Amino acid sequence: MTCEELLKALNEYVDGTLDLTQADCERFAAHLSGCNPCQIVVDNIRGTIQLFRAGVPFPLPAEFQSRLQGALRERWREKFGASA
Amino acid sequence: MTTIEQQTDEQLIASAATGDFDAFQELVQRFQDRVYGVGLRITRNRADAEDVTQQTFLSLIEHIASFRGESAAAGWILRIATNHALKLLRKKKGLPTVSYTAASADEDSYASLPHPDYIAQWKDTPDALAQRAEVRQKVEQALDELDDKYRLVFILRDIQELSVRETAEALGISESNVKVRLLRARLMLREHLTKDFGDESTRVYPDHRH
Ligand SMILES: [Zn+2]
Repeated sequence: MTCEELLKALNEYVDGTLDLTQADCERFAAHLSGCNPCQIVVDNIRGTIQLFRAGVPFPLPAEFQSRLQGALRERWREKFGASA
Repeated sequence: MTTIEQQTDEQLIASAATGDFDAFQELVQRFQDRVYGVGLRITRNRADAEDVTQQTFLSLIEHIASFRGESAAAGWILRIATNHALKLLRKKKGLPTVSYTAASADEDSYASLPHPDYIAQWKDTPDALAQRAEVRQKVEQALDELDDKYRLVFILRDIQELSVRETAEALGISESNVKVRLLRARLMLREHLTKDFGDESTRVYPDHRH
């Protein structure tokens, strides 16, 4: 496997999908163990995905929060009556 | 007796479906920041993200009884948010010519992938980096700089964790387009973020002999 071939199969390897056969995985691992740049690229890609997933959520603006509450309460009353 | 805070998302939905407003409000509390985040990342506009948030929870009231217990509530709610955000984006950009549905032979193939150029270990782990406000800003900025066609696939597939098929359906593109766009998005983001967070002393150069 060349660096170029590895690049094309990167998603399947990183995602661990079944699109890769056992033999593919072994060729992938064999390339990685002898190619430091590709190793780091794979590591960086995993880090990139993790960084986005680990992100703290955006807080809702406080001023919008009360408008949202009002709109939701109103719709709730239309649907379920005066319990809200 | 379990308090409302101890209930699972799915239990809250079941209570809300019988007209329990407190249960519904607890759900809103739990999800509002994440829903707003999806709206903001997809539309890149605060007013639109607020719109998405309100539409999402109004839809939730409307369809609360049709939630099927076998899927996770979080996935269900965030999918509703994603659909509202995409609808808004399409409406704004004017329908049939949206860039992320237009297939370009070159950009949607594996033929000319962007090759990794700056290759180095990061200075810190992703989890440690994610805690820092200035890092968050750079990360979101890197995402904002991607074209819609790559940005949306990355958001749906890697951040929202939809499957390839679900992403293809949501965006109206083929599964093979999803795969190649995702690869391009990952490579572009990797390049950008490694320039921001890479440790220069560990930099290596691609080996062109292979
Ligand atoms: Zn290599």
